Amino acid sequence: MNNFKSYVIRFLVKVSALITFGALFFIIGYILYRGVPSLRPSLFEFKYTTTNVSMFPSIVTTLMLVFSTLILVTPIGVFTGFYLIEYAHRGNKFVEVIRITTETLSGIPSIVYGLFGMLFFVYRLDFSYSLIAGILTASIMVLPLIIRSTEEALIAVDDSLREASFGLGAGKLRTIFRVVLPVAMPGILSGIILSIGRIVGETAALIYTLGTATKMTDGLFSSGRTLAVQMYVLSNEGLHVNESFATGVILLMIILIINGLSTYLSNKLTKGRID
Amino acid sequence: MKKTSFEGFMKGIFILCSTTSIISILLIVYFIFSGGVPFIMEYGLKNFLLGTKWKPTSTPPSFGILPMIVGSIYVTIGAVIIGVPIGVLTATYLARFSNKKLYKFLKPCINLMSGIPSIVYGFFALQVIVPIMKSLVGGTGMNIISASILLGIMILPTIIGLSESSIRAVPNEYYEGSVALGASHERSVMSVLLPAAKSGIISSIILGIGRAIGETMAVILVAGNQPRIPDSITQGVRTMTTNIVMEMAYAADTHREALIATAVVLFVFILIINAIFLIVKRRTLN
Repeated sequence: MNNFKSYVIRFLVKVSALITFGALFFIIGYILYRGVPSLRPSLFEFKYTTTNVSMFPSIVTTLMLVFSTLILVTPIGVFTGFYLIEYAHRGNKFVEVIRITTETLSGIPSIVYGLFGMLFFVYRLDFSYSLIAGILTASIMVLPLIIRSTEEALIAVDDSLREASFGLGAGKLRTIFRVVLPVAMPGILSGIILSIGRIVGETAALIYTLGTATKMTDGLFSSGRTLAVQMYVLSNEGLHVNESFATGVILLMIILIINGLSTYLSNKLTKGRID
Repeated sequence: MKKTSFEGFMKGIFILCSTTSIISILLIVYFIFSGGVPFIMEYGLKNFLLGTKWKPTSTPPSFGILPMIVGSIYVTIGAVIIGVPIGVLTATYLARFSNKKLYKFLKPCINLMSGIPSIVYGFFALQVIVPIMKSLVGGTGMNIISASILLGIMILPTIIGLSESSIRAVPNEYYEGSVALGASHERSVMSVLLPAAKSGIISSIILGIGRAIGETMAVILVAGNQPRIPDSITQGVRTMTTNIVMEMAYAADTHREALIATAVVLFVFILIINAIFLIVKRRTLN
């Protein structure tokens, strides 16, 4: 009887794992299977028209959004991590508040970010649908991710390194930038890379901030659409199923590369800790 | 002397950066609530929350969001029914049943799964799950079941990630003690390790619920989006999130305020879920 129970448990556990990974591989496989044959050169033409539904402008807009968001948010997030781990004392009330707000921020759905961005950046600050409104909204959205990965990377750095640095007469800043940061770098980088993935895949927070204009964005105050928004618009219209699949392929490729990089970097971090 | 003042200056910068998340959350709360609460006051909280008619463009318009609240709750429950057992058992598999080599390959797959954009999930569901559902139960195929399956898959990485680490965090002595008493590997895992990791697993489920209720762009493609209270799970529903996205593009005046007020309700739901999560987590730490 006991043997039978064990058998059932083992069976259920394995079937669940099979469903999970089966679903993942089926989704990826199906998108590739339907999308790759639809990747035609006309999809990468310089200008978007309703007949070629080119994704080139949206790829450029995505790159601009990701790049400028990271420039803005990385120092803020990393410096917050510095303060939380290297400066603040345990049980500090201010730190407690930052932790709770960061945690809350990471739980807010992207549509709420989008609505906030629309109300504040687009209307109150009168940026209208623009790259800058998208950047600011996306920045707030990925901030908790960067703070947390910086914190985790800093905690993983052995205290003896800090003590040795102080012992040799280095100040706090020099210790952070010359000793702690280089060791923590892979962890922080993997957080930044994950943020890239989050921005690339984001839709709900961007349609009412960055907007859905089909042309390439030509400045901070002009609207555009990212690749994910493009895919949403196409699949919602339902007129360009093959092109939607093709856009999905490009999105998946980006995410695959990003995740591969981040896995590689975090493996590097754990290796560094064990050695 | 000059050096110490620079140290102090940089510390000031770090503290200033740390306030960004606090300022952001204050701004978000202020703008969402000040945009929606006046409307709720004027229209009446009861009429708004319990009204069953959402007809923003008819005269006189009615703004009852009960159908959307019910819709959000239905698809979230569906996602939990599908996602939680599969997720927790997969986490168990990763923590205690897989070998090292396989694990090294599967673990990044879970991260990849959480990295796939929601629009890709949604489009996949629209192309695969919806047609299957259509042939099974008829109609358009866009219904509560489709949305639940989709959301169930989407919350898997959230549940698996946190559950797995909490199962791994249980001291190995528990497992060894159980095996030494004669229990099988399976029994030890199920009756000793999983109960010991209970609070971690519960927090993973709470996070999954938050993810499901806040999901927008994937649900919009497969849920059907009819603003009425469904009689059965083979009917379409509209969730609070999709209500906002669908109508924001053309809404004006009171209609727009009603949509922001929908976001207020959604936000309150999320804040409650977050608070529960923080409490459970704190209890685990103590």
